[in-house]
Amino acid sequence: MSFAFSDENLTKIQELKKRYPSPQALCLPCLWMAQYQDGFISLDAIDEIGVHTTLPPMEVYRVATFYAMLRLEAPTKLQVDVCKTLSCKLCGSDEILKHLQNKDVKINHVECLGSCSTAPVMQINDVNYENLTSEKVDAILKELL
Amino acid sequence: MRECKIVSRKFEIPNSHTLEVAKVHGAYEALDKMKEYSPLDVIKIIKESNLRGKGGGGAPAGEKWELMPQESDKPSFLAVNCDESEPGTFKDRQIISKDPHLLIEGILLTCYAIKAKHAYVYVRGEYKQYQDILQNAIDEAYAAGLLNECDVTIHRGAGAYICGEKSALLESMEGKRGHPRLKPKQKEPEWFFGNPTLVNNVETISTVPFIIQNGAAAYREFGTEKSPGTMLFAMSGHVNNPGVYEAEFGTSMMEYINHHGGGVKNGKKLKAVIPGGISCGVLTAEECENLTLDYEALRGIRSSLGTGGMIIMDEETDMVEALKNILEFYHEESCGQCTPCREGTGWSDKILAKILDKRGTKEDVDKLFDLADVMNGKTICVFAPSVSTVLVSFLTKFRDEFEAVVS
Repeated sequence: MSFAFSDENLTKIQELKKRYPSPQALCLPCLWMAQYQDGFISLDAIDEIGVHTTLPPMEVYRVATFYAMLRLEAPTKLQVDVCKTLSCKLCGSDEILKHLQNKDVKINHVECLGSCSTAPVMQINDVNYENLTSEKVDAILKELL
Repeated sequence: MRECKIVSRKFEIPNSHTLEVAKVHGAYEALDKMKEYSPLDVIKIIKESNLRGKGGGGAPAGEKWELMPQESDKPSFLAVNCDESEPGTFKDRQIISKDPHLLIEGILLTCYAIKAKHAYVYVRGEYKQYQDILQNAIDEAYAAGLLNECDVTIHRGAGAYICGEKSALLESMEGKRGHPRLKPKQKEPEWFFGNPTLVNNVETISTVPFIIQNGAAAYREFGTEKSPGTMLFAMSGHVNNPGVYEAEFGTSMMEYINHHGGGVKNGKKLKAVIPGGISCGVLTAEECENLTLDYEALRGIRSSLGTGGMIIMDEETDMVEALKNILEFYHEESCGQCTPCREGTGWSDKILAKILDKRGTKEDVDKLFDLADVMNGKTICVFAPSVSTVLVSFLTKFRDEFEAVVS
């Protein structure tokens, strides 16, 4: 299985190259583009990113494995990122996690989502769902699943 | 309590994130004032205001700006730190989603002063929905011809706490793992691909328009002698009205919690406060009683003001569980570069799990003190020393709770 960036992403890459002193800076932007394009970052995508950034593929791989939000495997279920850090824990994230156990989703325990005043909180597809209760979780998942 | 809105002035105005509304309420007016000054004048004003970095460290911004070369054959850059990953902190998010044009205005003023032609805003990956609002504002500013002299580019992070450390942020922007760099012996700028670069927090940059518009003295009207001005303090946890509320430095902590926060949730008693994101030493309710919110007062009781994001804990909070939660965070987020940090956070986390599981012994508590010592002052960045401070503060101030669950 080979990987190629979409035309839209190739245009974006060309535009971004003008904005940085070195193409190496495009490593994270390209990793994001690959993840949005395929849902995850394949090894072929890593090779391709190496070409655009002038970085060795192994270096791109090192970077991809460092950042928690980058996925190297294809998702099979809806991924639900639940914040488990202190403010959310004080405000009941344990109950939300427990409630999610029986749902057909991939639960991902994540660190602080920066929504501490609206805890507990979860993030699905880049959107924060705040002030959660079990009922609210049910309603949100009903819409998304 | 005196109301003061310097950065949060437009937060309550509907659609203040759009250029049209922001302009009606005075956005970009400081740029006219800027034309009266030379770049060095602007730096002088910022120095006189004694604006201190609001990302956690509290270093004087003007001194950092002065390190940037006014004459150089290399291009200068500004990197705005919007990585905001410190648990309990959610203030920069308010700025980029409610008043992004204030940040852009601050960026233009700062770039003028340090002679930079390009600014990057490093936004944490988890903030995509707020990043989109900022991107819209940048697009509006380009269309209105405001960014002819200076480009602004958003660089999105991907979930790494350590990238909020300024040199790790630049490493990340250079397409590498976010590993903090060794600190130089002498004072010098930061470097982005070998080019002089200034790194400042979103809130710091967003304070600049007020200072340029109204003068250094107007800013110093607020706050204390050594901690002048205001900060977007915040509250979360066991408090009735959690949120971000701007207040001047020197405000009484309890007055702030009671006035803006409406006191502790469900009428319970206060047990402890973590004053500025979890990397600050925990405070007991007694310590908070006569405490003021400024850098000096917090340092005086061996904690720190940090990002101003307070986590409030009521009388029923299990402090062993709270510390375990914090160590889990550090264990997960240690970048792994330095052994004392990588191993120290892991061991502490495991020992706390054992204690929490009622399998701990007194020696385990002592071991945690040893680990705190191992992590302090032996690493490249301040991540591990912060863990050390937090560990020691919990273990000494709530020792009885730890001893009650060990044999």
